[in-house]
Amino acid sequence: MTRKMLVVGEVKDNTLRHVSFETIAAAMNIADGGEIVGVLFGENLTSHAKAMIHYGADRIITVEREELADYTTDAYSQAFLQVYEQEKPNGIILAHTSVGKDLAPRLAAKLNNGLVSDVVAIENDSGTPVFTRPIYSGKAFEKKIMEEGIIFATIRPNNIPARTEDLSRTGTITSMDVELKDLRTTIKEVVKKTTDGVDLAEANIIVAGGRGVKSAEGFKPLEQLADVLGAAIGASRGACDAEYCEYSLQIGQTGKVVTPDLYIAAGISGAIQHLAGMSNAKVIVAINKDPEAPIFDVADYGIVGDLFEVIPMLTEECKNVTT
Amino acid sequence: MNIFVIMKRTFDTEEKVVIENGSIDEEDVEFIINPYDEYALEEAIVLRDKHDGTVTVVTVGEEEAEKELRTALAMGVDQAVLLDIEELEGEVDHYSVSEVLAAYFIDKEIDIILGGNVAVDDGSGQVAPRVAEKLGINQVTTITKIEVEDRDVKIEREVEGDVEYVEASLPLVVTCQQGLNEPRYPSLPGIMKAKKKPLETIDVDELDLDEKKIEAKTNTLDRFLPPEKQAGKVLQGETKDQVRELVGLLRNESKVI
Repeated sequence: MTRKMLVVGEVKDNTLRHVSFETIAAAMNIADGGEIVGVLFGENLTSHAKAMIHYGADRIITVEREELADYTTDAYSQAFLQVYEQEKPNGIILAHTSVGKDLAPRLAAKLNNGLVSDVVAIENDSGTPVFTRPIYSGKAFEKKIMEEGIIFATIRPNNIPARTEDLSRTGTITSMDVELKDLRTTIKEVVKKTTDGVDLAEANIIVAGGRGVKSAEGFKPLEQLADVLGAAIGASRGACDAEYCEYSLQIGQTGKVVTPDLYIAAGISGAIQHLAGMSNAKVIVAINKDPEAPIFDVADYGIVGDLFEVIPMLTEECKNVTT
Repeated sequence: MNIFVIMKRTFDTEEKVVIENGSIDEEDVEFIINPYDEYALEEAIVLRDKHDGTVTVVTVGEEEAEKELRTALAMGVDQAVLLDIEELEGEVDHYSVSEVLAAYFIDKEIDIILGGNVAVDDGSGQVAPRVAEKLGINQVTTITKIEVEDRDVKIEREVEGDVEYVEASLPLVVTCQQGLNEPRYPSLPGIMKAKKKPLETIDVDELDLDEKKIEAKTNTLDRFLPPEKQAGKVLQGETKDQVRELVGLLRNESKVI
């Protein structure tokens, strides 16, 4: 059956996040030829609208309001529900990002609907979409279907490939007015901590440090490698607990769960709770002094050695090949 | 202040997951308070000590969850409520759990509800925002700092690496993230006191709820373990050569750099 699908394009720092294209691909799979309607909130949205059409959306609704420039629960849920009422779609796909995690359950409750969160794969052979999602932070997976109501899911960045960009695709872009009232949260300030703007959840390459980095200073060589590779920095709980770095960098069952193309674990022993957060990375490199460290059991390539010797060499070698 | 914490009993994060016929094998598994909910409990106790009032911890589950509720009482929570769903048949999903919680909360005076950012077992993070919506209360998720003055609330939240400073007011639902605090361990006197603190069990049929209405909206077809990772290749030789070989492999074999 064909379905009309609604997706939200996510704009951060005036850039349309790549996961927006992945939500379009996910929606196209479920739509089975039905219309894909993209929604954009914020300001200066026209170029983003075009990009969404190039990646497969049929029609875009832009809601240009100052109050929607930064995400707040009230403003976005009010705006989204007005678009929803106008469009009456058969399904909604959001990204499983800060915005999607906050917004989707709220909308699902409002619509009295089910929601499948953090989806990494969708099969739609029989007409009933089957969603695969990790449980126990990736120690296991489950397959879910929606029993009733509309199809509603959030997808994890980096897992469902975007369609190929087609610059010849065209579609209509219409702007819509919404009523926003009684907004109960005010954002006073946003302090950027990610210096290079590479977000852990969306990073293709992650360089992560554990207790083996020994100090906050010890992260320096890792940062230099990350710079060369365009990678994000991550950490084990051990490194966070020892205050070598911020908790926002923690990867594992009680931190971020990541699925990059390349994960370089330096000085991380590989406790089960850390492995849960990263073992589904496509390629894992382990660098550790201890040849018995469990991280080597999940690593594709391992180097037994001192990270303070290996990482700078690796940085130099990568410089040679990437430039 | 009327402070509530919504808590979930979860698998210990150190446990291996075993699946039999599409179900998680829970035999001999250690259960704990969901680690994110520990941040919520700690912050609730700190807020009460500063502003007076009571902290009530609420969980949806079965009798076994009394153990984790007692642990919360031993940490310093004043009273505990178990919303017992043993009687419910069929699958229970986030929708069902939120409906049960909302039915409990509907006649309560609420200043703040704290929950974990996600539960480490299911990892959806749906319940707190769903409850907030059902009750018509504002929400702020993934908080790392909170200050309450009268009805005004100042919050720092972690947003994908950035820090957002937000202002809101009570009543409020918040979800807690690491970095917020350092959850305390129950003290021995705390454990003794906890035995005498009120722990109320409310069967789901005592709540004003239509059992048909709380049936799950999603269905789980299967659960499975990821394919086992093949043991990888530990490189040999001089470090310099190993590094060179590694870069070659990443570039030419796995094509990731």
